[in-house]
Amino acid sequence: MNRETVTKTMRPNRSITRDLIGIAAIIVASALGYLLFPDNLALLTRIIAIALLVLSLDLVTGYCGVATLGHAALFGSGAYAAGIAAAHYGITDPLLMTLAGILGGAIAGLICGVIILRAHGLPQLVLSISLIYLFHEFANKASSWTGGSDGLSGISPDPLFGSFEFDLWGQTAYVFGVFLLLAVFVLLRFLVRSPFGMLCRGIKEDPMRIMAMGASPKITLIKMYVISGAVAGIGGALNAISTQVVGLDSLSFTQSAEALVMLVLGGTGSLFGALMGTVVFMLFEDYVSAANPFHWLTMVGALLIGVVLCAPKGLYGTAADIITRRLEKRT
Amino acid sequence: MQTVFSIAIDAFAYGMVLFIISIGLSVTMGLMRVVNLAHGAFAMIGGYIASYAAQDLGLGYAAAVLLAVFGTVIISIPIERLLYRRIYGEPELTQVLMTIGITFCIIGIANYVFGPTLKTIPLPPALQGSADLGFRSIAVHRLFAIVCGLAVAGGLWYAIERTAFGVKLRASVDNASMAAALGVRTEIIYAVSFAVAVGLAAFGGVLGAELLPVEPYYALRYMVTFLVVVSVGGAGSIPGALLACLLLGGIDTTGRYLMPEFGEFFFYLAVIAIICIFPRGLAGRAR
Repeated sequence: MNRETVTKTMRPNRSITRDLIGIAAIIVASALGYLLFPDNLALLTRIIAIALLVLSLDLVTGYCGVATLGHAALFGSGAYAAGIAAAHYGITDPLLMTLAGILGGAIAGLICGVIILRAHGLPQLVLSISLIYLFHEFANKASSWTGGSDGLSGISPDPLFGSFEFDLWGQTAYVFGVFLLLAVFVLLRFLVRSPFGMLCRGIKEDPMRIMAMGASPKITLIKMYVISGAVAGIGGALNAISTQVVGLDSLSFTQSAEALVMLVLGGTGSLFGALMGTVVFMLFEDYVSAANPFHWLTMVGALLIGVVLCAPKGLYGTAADIITRRLEKRT
Repeated sequence: MQTVFSIAIDAFAYGMVLFIISIGLSVTMGLMRVVNLAHGAFAMIGGYIASYAAQDLGLGYAAAVLLAVFGTVIISIPIERLLYRRIYGEPELTQVLMTIGITFCIIGIANYVFGPTLKTIPLPPALQGSADLGFRSIAVHRLFAIVCGLAVAGGLWYAIERTAFGVKLRASVDNASMAAALGVRTEIIYAVSFAVAVGLAAFGGVLGAELLPVEPYYALRYMVTFLVVVSVGGAGSIPGALLACLLLGGIDTTGRYLMPEFGEFFFYLAVIAIICIFPRGLAGRAR
């Protein structure tokens, strides 16, 4: 982590190149997805929505060192906010629905942040688990607003910019998702390199020292939690817009645990790792559950154990290590 | 009065089952600093072995319990040797990932071998029926669970506070490297306490099969409950775990009796309140 920071500050040009490579990679990957799986755009859109969730989890886990198994609370709140805005208030413009998702996610982020940051280590994990169950139960009970266990239906978004309909094939939703992801990615690259992002990394490394420097770790982390909530809320809103229903599973412990698994699989503390982990895990899960529904859980478990044993820094972290070692050898 | 009494008995029995399963988790977590999400999976393996032994092999209840405890310990030894060894001292996230992976594998295998149905462990006639206490009768099985829980708590207290092994164990919990420097074979302490923890989990899984039914997703469903108990009690503390089990068992059972439609809402609300007030658990010590 430290070495990376140093090289970044020494060579600003290289990090901009890396940003451009990242943006190009997202565009190429999404174009490839569109060409390779034209019949399965719903899955690809879901991957983008979950990728936003994992990116937002990376902000608090990878950059701030907060371990949480309840991050879907922010994602689900965004989804329900967008869904309720559409189904109960008639706000069916997709951009306004996304805005509602951002607001919902940010508010949930504030609540979760204030509670989760009260403890450290195992109690923190347990607090996050309790929170996600609490959110889940609450959404289940408030069924006049959320539809309870039947899910919230009756969401029919207007055409995007008045001209692109959200059709059965999900092309509009997919392209909309890709643009949202690109916008979020660029903004987050700025965020994590800003003084605020550096402060968060500092808190992860040594909170005592940051306090001694005069900054408040708690307030900084709560701010980051709100930002993370906004990002997760975008993912939730995208999911609500593209599937046109919001189910209780978007607020589930399983969803949170899967998001964490994807993040660690890809590698924490890097936006590329978060994206890579999501894509690999979702495609693997989709492929294995279709190929062998009986054994898919075993396979996913074996994949996780394999990653811990062979690539402890995650797929992206390990790959980046190998590449830098090669480059160093050459010079 | 009747309701209060039956809630109290149920809560007590439920708390004791929770205690037997999670005390091992608490001790290993305090000792090895491993966030072990796979602990519930061992309780589930115990339940499956007991059910298989009692239903398909036709063994008696006591034999099934013994077989379950020793079988689970034997299954856990290679898992500890090959997988857990690698994650001692690693960051929390790595431990979470590894133990979730182990849980998924065990669920998948159990689902494949035993099928997705609910398994029952037939009780011997002596434990069925109900005992008359003069003013009220209670199910013998509940009584049995309570007695077993108290016996486990007493036995562990004796082993940890009064034996030479307990002294070494406490020393390793407080400061493993210092204990090793003083000649305590910490690997043996680790291995023995891991085996005891897994055995107790299996025992609790069999004993609690009436309250926490054995099915493939057992490991995921109750994993959270066990973690909550450990964290509320404070990792590594037996009185803390006992208190947490009785408290949470009480809250959960009362909530289920009086407001079943609110499910686990109050349980988790109480957990959040307790952890916010005692961030290190009820009996946790400052580090």
